[in-house]
Amino acid sequence: MPEILKELLGTVHGFGEGLFGPMLWILVWTVIKIVILLAPVLFMVTYITLAERKIIGFMQVRYGPNRVGFWGILQPLADAAKLIFKELLLPEKADRMIFFLAPALTLVPALIAWAVIPFSPGLVLADINIGILYILAISSMGVYGIIMAGWASNTRFSFLGGLRSAAQMVSYEVSMGFTLIPVVLLSGSLNLTEVVNAQKGMWFVIPLLPMFVIYFISVVAETNRSPFDLPEAEAELVAGFITEYSAMSSGLFFMGEYANMILVSFMGSILFLGGWLPPIGFLDFIPGIIWLGLKASLLLFVFLWIRATFPRYRYDQLMRLGWKVFLPISLLWIFVTALGVLLFGKA
Amino acid sequence: MVADLVFYIFSAITVAAAIGVIASRNQVHSVLFLILAFFNVAGLFVLLEAEFLAAILVIVYMGAVAVLFLFVVMMLNVDFEELRKGAVEHLPMGLFIGALILVEFGFILSGIHVEGHAHQAANISNTQLIGQVLFTKFLLPFEVASLILLVALIGAVVLTYRRRKDVKRQDISAQIARRREDAVELVKVASGQGAKP
Repeated sequence: MPEILKELLGTVHGFGEGLFGPMLWILVWTVIKIVILLAPVLFMVTYITLAERKIIGFMQVRYGPNRVGFWGILQPLADAAKLIFKELLLPEKADRMIFFLAPALTLVPALIAWAVIPFSPGLVLADINIGILYILAISSMGVYGIIMAGWASNTRFSFLGGLRSAAQMVSYEVSMGFTLIPVVLLSGSLNLTEVVNAQKGMWFVIPLLPMFVIYFISVVAETNRSPFDLPEAEAELVAGFITEYSAMSSGLFFMGEYANMILVSFMGSILFLGGWLPPIGFLDFIPGIIWLGLKASLLLFVFLWIRATFPRYRYDQLMRLGWKVFLPISLLWIFVTALGVLLFGKA
Repeated sequence: MVADLVFYIFSAITVAAAIGVIASRNQVHSVLFLILAFFNVAGLFVLLEAEFLAAILVIVYMGAVAVLFLFVVMMLNVDFEELRKGAVEHLPMGLFIGALILVEFGFILSGIHVEGHAHQAANISNTQLIGQVLFTKFLLPFEVASLILLVALIGAVVLTYRRRKDVKRQDISAQIARRREDAVELVKVASGQGAKP
């Protein structure tokens, strides 16, 4: 199988170089790879909305969407068509440029972060040495879309939503960053492929269970998901920073949120749940990408499960949880892990 | 050739954004231009194969510092037109600082720099190299810098900390420590008499 694949790749490269010339072909080939990577991501973004409504419907003993197509299977496409053809509204006193830049700036970081995610050995768009730092850097940019949306709308609700979100994301980024340090200490590398390879003996979730829990709760807060969805708390802020957005511009915010959710699920599986490694050795006849997908799906299910289960946090409780609970625990665990590495060596 | 092209794109955007920072009338736009400049400088670092510095620049400056800038500018609504009026008086000082930076650039370009800075070894990532240099050769300055930051951190807390007595505050540990016996009393109520305290 791999032989045939290699031959096929060779033919494609030969054809492409003949068509575009070697210089331009590298660029075109990269674009092709990006499309191959992003198409499934966008497909997942589309269909997780259906999964969410179905699963929450199941938990609340109702059907969820079941009218468009068999079992509601075409519902996401209907939603997309609706969003695209609705009218784009612009508030009179809004800052035009920033108002329309903001949704794009929410979605783009959520998509470009996928460049460093390794799906199975060697199957990664950019195998860079600082993968974890790259993810942290890109995810720290996600907050700008929300602040800009809140400010540019020129409404009280949006502005409050934007400010809340900024404070929340900055706070939880700190605790999320700190949960990654023990992983780096144990694997001795910032490269995500090497992080997975270091988990061959034992998944990091076992020695770092508290870090995994903190990581997961922090990313729930980072992605503005329930029970930490204070930026768009509908009971007090209408829809927070999305209040003034309509049609596809609000659709982009939703896509950004879901793309981020899927991204952090994949990250969690790679950092703590052994990435593409099977749980038991003899199961490795199943391709790694399927294992990774299963693990990420499990985390995604927990995202939806949490949303159906917990009431929303109060703002001061949210801040207390981030700064007074997670930060000390993760700081302590960094020292414990460093001591462990010093005594027993790396994984 | 491609690298040259990318360099010119990044530096053109950086310069344009830097001009935007001081030229735009709206202060929020200024901060956003500043962020754009940061991002493009990070791109320049990547071109220099200093990807660790690029990532740190984005994480620290874009992820934290600029967010706080934006926060303050949005919340306070400072009248920058008012501040701008004294610009001519401060021109000599500004020119002096600009000249100073220019001279420093000159030093860098003429090759006068601190001995022992990182040289690219064959198969070692620059993250490792920076770590090695930071924790061996420059350990003392590094620790002094971290100490200064710690003092600044504590100073900020001390300056802003105040505990108001006249507001309600949730005390989590008191809530958890509360037992059923403290809160609920079971009384037997005789018929026709009501509960007695």
